[in-house]
Amino acid sequence: MTSIWNRFRHESWIWSFLAAIGVWLATITYTGGQGAGEILTAALSFATFSIIVGLGQMMVITTGPGNVDLSIPATITLAGVVAMKVMDTDSARLLLGIGAALGVSFLVGAFNYGLIRLLRIPPIIATLSSSFLVLSTAISYGRGIRIKPPLPLDSFATMRFLGIPLAAVFVAVLSIVLAIVIKRTLYGRAVVAIGQNPRAAWLAGINVNRTRFITYALSALLAGVCGILLSGFSGGAALNMGEEFLLASIAVVVIGGTSVAGGRASVPGIWGAALFMYLLVTMLNTFGASAGVRLIMTGVIIITVIVIAGGEREQR
Amino acid sequence: MNRSLLRSLLPIISLAVVLGATFYVQPRTMSYFGLNLMLQYAVPIALATIAQMFIITVNDLDLSIGPFVGLVGCISATLLYSNPLLGTLALLLCIAAYAAVGALIHSRNLPSIVVTLGLSFVWLGIAVLILPSPGGKAPGWLKSIMALQTPFIPFPIIAAIVIGLVVQLALMHSSLGVIARGAGGNPRAMARAGWSMLKTKAAMYALAGFFGVLSGLSLLGLTTSADAHVADRYTLYSIAGVILGGGEFIGGRVSPMGAVIGALTLALAGSFLIFLRISPDWQIGAQGAILILVLALKAPLTTREASK
Amino acid sequence: MNQTAIKLDGVERNFGAVRALAGVSLEVGSGECLGLVGHNGAGKSTLMHILAGTLSPDKGEISVGGARHEGQWSVNVARTNGIRCVFQELSLCPNLTVAENVRVVHGSLKGFGWKKRSRDLALAKLDEIFPGHGIGPTDAISDLPIGKRQMAEIARAFTLTDIPLRLVILDEPTSSLDAVTAQQLLTFIRSQVAKGTSVILISHLLGDILGTCDRIVVMKDGKAVAERPAKKFDRHSLVAAMGTVVSRHKSTDTKLEQAKSQAPVAIRARPKTASDTDELIAHKGEIIGLAGLSGHGQTRMLLQVFSRSDAEITEPLAFIAGDRQSDGIFNLWSIASNVTIRSLRSLLKRGLIVGDAESGLAAEWKDRMGIRTPDMNNNILTLSGGNQQKTLFARALASEAGIILMDDPMRGVDIGTKLEVYEMIAREARNGRTFIWYTTEMEELQYCDRAYVFRNGAISASLDHDDLTEEKILQASFAESSAA
Repeated sequence: MTSIWNRFRHESWIWSFLAAIGVWLATITYTGGQGAGEILTAALSFATFSIIVGLGQMMVITTGPGNVDLSIPATITLAGVVAMKVMDTDSARLLLGIGAALGVSFLVGAFNYGLIRLLRIPPIIATLSSSFLVLSTAISYGRGIRIKPPLPLDSFATMRFLGIPLAAVFVAVLSIVLAIVIKRTLYGRAVVAIGQNPRAAWLAGINVNRTRFITYALSALLAGVCGILLSGFSGGAALNMGEEFLLASIAVVVIGGTSVAGGRASVPGIWGAALFMYLLVTMLNTFGASAGVRLIMTGVIIITVIVIAGGEREQR
Repeated sequence: MNRSLLRSLLPIISLAVVLGATFYVQPRTMSYFGLNLMLQYAVPIALATIAQMFIITVNDLDLSIGPFVGLVGCISATLLYSNPLLGTLALLLCIAAYAAVGALIHSRNLPSIVVTLGLSFVWLGIAVLILPSPGGKAPGWLKSIMALQTPFIPFPIIAAIVIGLVVQLALMHSSLGVIARGAGGNPRAMARAGWSMLKTKAAMYALAGFFGVLSGLSLLGLTTSADAHVADRYTLYSIAGVILGGGEFIGGRVSPMGAVIGALTLALAGSFLIFLRISPDWQIGAQGAILILVLALKAPLTTREASK
Repeated sequence: MNQTAIKLDGVERNFGAVRALAGVSLEVGSGECLGLVGHNGAGKSTLMHILAGTLSPDKGEISVGGARHEGQWSVNVARTNGIRCVFQELSLCPNLTVAENVRVVHGSLKGFGWKKRSRDLALAKLDEIFPGHGIGPTDAISDLPIGKRQMAEIARAFTLTDIPLRLVILDEPTSSLDAVTAQQLLTFIRSQVAKGTSVILISHLLGDILGTCDRIVVMKDGKAVAERPAKKFDRHSLVAAMGTVVSRHKSTDTKLEQAKSQAPVAIRARPKTASDTDELIAHKGEIIGLAGLSGHGQTRMLLQVFSRSDAEITEPLAFIAGDRQSDGIFNLWSIASNVTIRSLRSLLKRGLIVGDAESGLAAEWKDRMGIRTPDMNNNILTLSGGNQQKTLFARALASEAGIILMDDPMRGVDIGTKLEVYEMIAREARNGRTFIWYTTEMEELQYCDRAYVFRNGAISASLDHDDLTEEKILQASFAESSAA
């Protein structure tokens, strides 16, 4: 037992999982054991969406300080809208809709990087400005009657098996794939190298620009996946569906132990942090804490995590 | 020489273009009443933009200014209204908290983006605790100030210009302002010259808090009742305003007057888009497009330090 | 004239295993201009940083005006004692104006009217030192070319408010100045010195040193090795004092030499940093040295070749950094990952890096380079500096690159590691790899088939192996004066 503990003790993500478990235990202690399973299932259901975009945000942040993608909420909305409209409740058009939504997401990512690289706009402002444009596109294209998702998508997004949402399994597979990409592909190594030292990475033969481009595209694509899934889950696309995911995507990265200075990504941490955040909300709701307390707790936790982690290099 | 002149003129040109375009599309706005209406919220937005500018001067970024403005409104509509002494104390405490955050960020070398992100939750949470739903009452004197009718030129414009000029004088022309901007330009050299970067950062954050308080107060004076979420947009507006005004994220290059003009431009652009009868769907997108356009124009003018 | 302005006694300073200063004593009289010369790594800059308070000595004492200073010596203490410095890394704030930068160093320039006082102070001093300078005190530093920036910083160092000026340290002050402005500065130094201020002048322009200084101290390998009044030195004796008496010669294998020069050309490039310069040519399998004083364009040449800009290059390139922290090491990674990063493509199978192949490669190069570590999966920072450098070597050599560019990689590395690495370089060259080796150490040039000496961004000399003597290199490194 101790050897297992020693093996995992130093991983940055272990704390978010422990915190998640701790919060869950506190909740079910309060309820006297009631609803323990449902709470977990619900947390998994909702956390999956934050996890998807958290993964994308994690990759962007890992490429180095100053890199962040603020266009994720807008991309989620656009992808959801495009998917719903193209599918038009027709199961036969399922793949067409998914393809269209992902294609549009990729364009957003490419556009973001174009602003950053060609117009030399800082990533914060670039992704912010583009999010305005993307959101407007979504709003204008999505006006009209609320279109329901085709049945297969609806089922996939909402179905559960033994209390585990199918969507969560899907996102788990996605996470494993991304973890392998980070560890075992040229692209993954390049991202982590650039985040640690872009100059050394260039001198070691890495194509820094291409890597950054792929990363912004990847973040947008994952936001697109989230949008499609979320539409299936919520019975359609809504024009404010992406709102909560801006701060959530960043919070989940920070609490999950990914270094904000870049160069160290933690996929398990995203899971731990997302579960922790939702279980925390559940716990506070169970305790009868008001929305205000919930918000304050979230903020205090973020600040505490970063103060403990400390600043690693000169950064903003 | 030419470059810096162009850089400082860009915000004025942007404002003039938006103003001219608005008048062209809707001539009726070219009146005291019209301008007053379009620029109603200029004062709180300008104040929030100035607050953000202080943070950007020292190479940081504040993602919490919007919720902070909302919090100030909530405190003022409740505590300040009922118990002015306690309310003032509470607001001073808020400013002190900002200063403490600045000191923390400097001493632990923390990324301001993350810290202020967490802080935004804290501000919002406290505001929601105070006022779970919109309510409260604005103190009478606040309402009177914000309802001031000045002859010839609408009050918001005068107020915004005065704010801009005062801060311009303080930051760009005072001997202490040099130290603040130097802290953004070359903090290591400043420290070597004997200046405390800790004190400088804390002071700049305190100033941001102070102007954030002013922004919240002025906004309350206009809306007369408070809402925790009323100023959520202000964070992004303030960042955009500083950049539009010729400021840069790194290097201590900011312009207070430019920031105010940038804020006015953004406020106007909103109205302009309404008059242009751009479908409401594209309002927000057009704002993004304007931002990109201005930044694209800035690209060749952006200072690039000589490489080693 | 007879007082001592500043005295340093037995100053020692180490950086890890490197002895930057091995016990230096220095004395500067008031109203004296002291010249400080020496080749790379002599310790001049380190000594000046200690004097200025930006570095703290491991051992040693500082005395001001004849009285030993008790307590911690810091930047503020140095400043209040009237010590100013202008180092090669300029410490101006680019976003501020000239006058505002003057304000930064004078706490008393505040209150009403500070701007005018600051402006007048800046302008007056600029006029005094550099007549006809063309700098406005309200010019922003970022709008000024590097030469004018240097002028502004120098002028600032000489401005006076409440603290009297005791000593001004100038570290390569004319590096960005043209001949006219450089001469103006040197003339000004003489006039200041006559008024009682002391000046320490560090410069590689021996003519300037000989013409401006009262006394010259020569430093080498962290010690002061010679000290005489300037009149007693001439160019030849200065150069001799800087170098070692005996220059070793590696025996040449003429057949190997001929074979190498017949090999196909691997690199042909002309340094972009100078208009009038020779070309750099390297044949396959050659070890080409880049010599001369540091900062004269050698690294820029390497980077120019690496970017393949304005150069004819026939093979893949690899770069070995000398500044490990900023150009080489990936801090968060293991030793193994730091080694394999350049060679990942060869470890791919179906798009994924094969774990066994990667650890195999790391293990192979651990042995070949002799990297001393119990486990290649340990973090890179657990290695000593020398072994970290070996890791960077392994990274480059493990790759498919045929041309290896080396940016003074053995700086600050222990002698044992160095000898192992030299062996490796020679062996790889025999197998057909081409090396371009920028080095600041004379002994290393002995391993080169040919060397190009850089001066002011241009190639000033091309020396074949037999001509690679310390004297010839020093001659080509040091120009007569700024007019050269």
